[in-house]
Amino acid sequence: MSNVIRMILVRISLGIGLLFIVSLVIFSATELLPGDLATQLLGQSATPETVAALRAQLGLNDPAPLRYWNWLTGALTGDFGIALSNGRPISDLIGTRLGNTVFLALYAAALSVPISLVLGILAALWRNSFFDRIANAGALTAISFPEFFVAYILVLWLAQTGIFPSMVRINPTTDFGDRLYMTFLPALTLTLVVTAHMMRMTRAAIINLMASPYIEMARLKGLSPLRIVLRHALPNALAPIINVIALNLAYLITGVVVVEVVFVYPGLGQLMVDAVSNRDIAVVQAVALIFAAAYVALNLIADVLSTITNPRLMHRR
Amino acid sequence: MEFAASVIFGLTALFAIAWVLRASARSSLSGNARSLANDIPLTAAFGLLVIAIYAIVAISAPAIAPFPEREIVGGQFQAWSGAHPLGTDRIGRDMLSRLIYGARNTVGIAFATTTLAFVVGAILGIWAALTGGWLDQVLSRFVDALMAIPALIFSLLLLTIFGTSVLSLILVIAAVDATRVFRLARAVAQGVVVMDYIEAAKLRGEGAWFLIRREILPNSMAPLVAEFGLRFCFVFLAISSLSFLGLGIKPPTADWGSMVRDNATLITFGDVTPLLPAGCIALLTVAVNFVVDWQLHRASGLKG
Repeated sequence: MSNVIRMILVRISLGIGLLFIVSLVIFSATELLPGDLATQLLGQSATPETVAALRAQLGLNDPAPLRYWNWLTGALTGDFGIALSNGRPISDLIGTRLGNTVFLALYAAALSVPISLVLGILAALWRNSFFDRIANAGALTAISFPEFFVAYILVLWLAQTGIFPSMVRINPTTDFGDRLYMTFLPALTLTLVVTAHMMRMTRAAIINLMASPYIEMARLKGLSPLRIVLRHALPNALAPIINVIALNLAYLITGVVVVEVVFVYPGLGQLMVDAVSNRDIAVVQAVALIFAAAYVALNLIADVLSTITNPRLMHRR
Repeated sequence: MEFAASVIFGLTALFAIAWVLRASARSSLSGNARSLANDIPLTAAFGLLVIAIYAIVAISAPAIAPFPEREIVGGQFQAWSGAHPLGTDRIGRDMLSRLIYGARNTVGIAFATTTLAFVVGAILGIWAALTGGWLDQVLSRFVDALMAIPALIFSLLLLTIFGTSVLSLILVIAAVDATRVFRLARAVAQGVVVMDYIEAAKLRGEGAWFLIRREILPNSMAPLVAEFGLRFCFVFLAISSLSFLGLGIKPPTADWGSMVRDNATLITFGDVTPLLPAGCIALLTVAVNFVVDWQLHRASGLKG
């Protein structure tokens, strides 16, 4: 068992190293600016005094490594500094929005993972049948659609008739049931977008395994197709499926940005888009760091889980 | 429902035309083109037809469009009528004309971006595979670091820094996607550079640029062409999403993403007009995907 723990520790430290590099990239993005950040933010007509004041406020007079260190240690303790556009602490802006975004992503995951696994297994079971063809064509089409297209089609069909609200007005006091009801459309949009991909990969992973000799053996023993898939193919297909699920959850992170804007959902994505149009680099960096950290973490979890579920990788010689 | 029916009818008609064209190509062509026409599945024929229609509309936009791109020609949000087949937008510009010009702007910009990403990514990738050593290590690790950040988030970060103009949009998306192209081009080229003919060309004393251009590129074309199609879809969707978010191509330039954003309020009143530009985006992406699927199938040598 110590082998596993060592493997997990190595992966986690690699992940932390990667995250460190990512934070360096995000931070040094501002250093790429041709000229001075303060002048860029204030425009050409700014007086030297205001530029100097902004430089002092942003701490631009410190050398870059020191600024990076301050920014990183601040971020680790939850202090991301002050928003350039309205002077409020960024941690206040992020606070409840982070929870909202996580809620939406988990909601979409709770819907999409079971649906795509069932659809993928069924498509593999009834390969080349009518159901399989329809599911595949539907999946390819859904992958090709922009998220906002899917979102607005749902609005047109489901919100127009008054079944679900087209705008999400939630606040910290909204109870869980109302929350589920009000965020149903954004969650459904995300579900449709990621289900297609997950379903295709699940189907491919299982079909791949169905060609192996031990499945042939199980079939010759006279087992039912469902039992072959669930007992024999699925455990061995777990590693690729876990990878696909994690990748798609990571994809949800970027997917939420567009969907949050469509449904006016008070989440991190909306905050980031607003910050980009205000060119509020401090907020953008903070949100980008959170998104990137979640992305790295999900990939790390996928890596560890798929190793644990695969005995060949676990006991490598 | 009536609208959904007409969409289904339109798509069926396109499929029928594609089928007829394929049938006539099979009977009239000969030689290589004939075997290509025999091989093509209906979905790919449909994809090629749609791409051709988009190209024609984009090139001849000023001739087809009934009104100029940016001119206000009527009241706000007019309904569909004889004078304005698809009504007017938020400030009274003709929707149909803007849709037609959008083919030129949105698709044109996406195509330019993909090409740029491809040239940069492919050349660097092949160069890294050919040279190996520290250059390969530095470029690859740099690309790895950039790819650890989700593409949309990284684009948003770069757009904050360089501002949201069309030029910076093209450069930012091209830079982000060039990292993905680099990965593929390097992987493909690594399989080619170990071949004997590369060794022979090196012994002849050919330079790196000649090797890339005349030896490696022609021999890694098939996967790169398929990747170009896929990459175009990603770039096209990314640019549309950013324009939809108000951070990409901006009005008055007619663009499908920002047209959806501009007129989105109509959707809550049950009007499908704002969905049309989004549908145009979706149709082109599906068409390109169909063609790429066929190409990948051909390249992999699978039959049936």
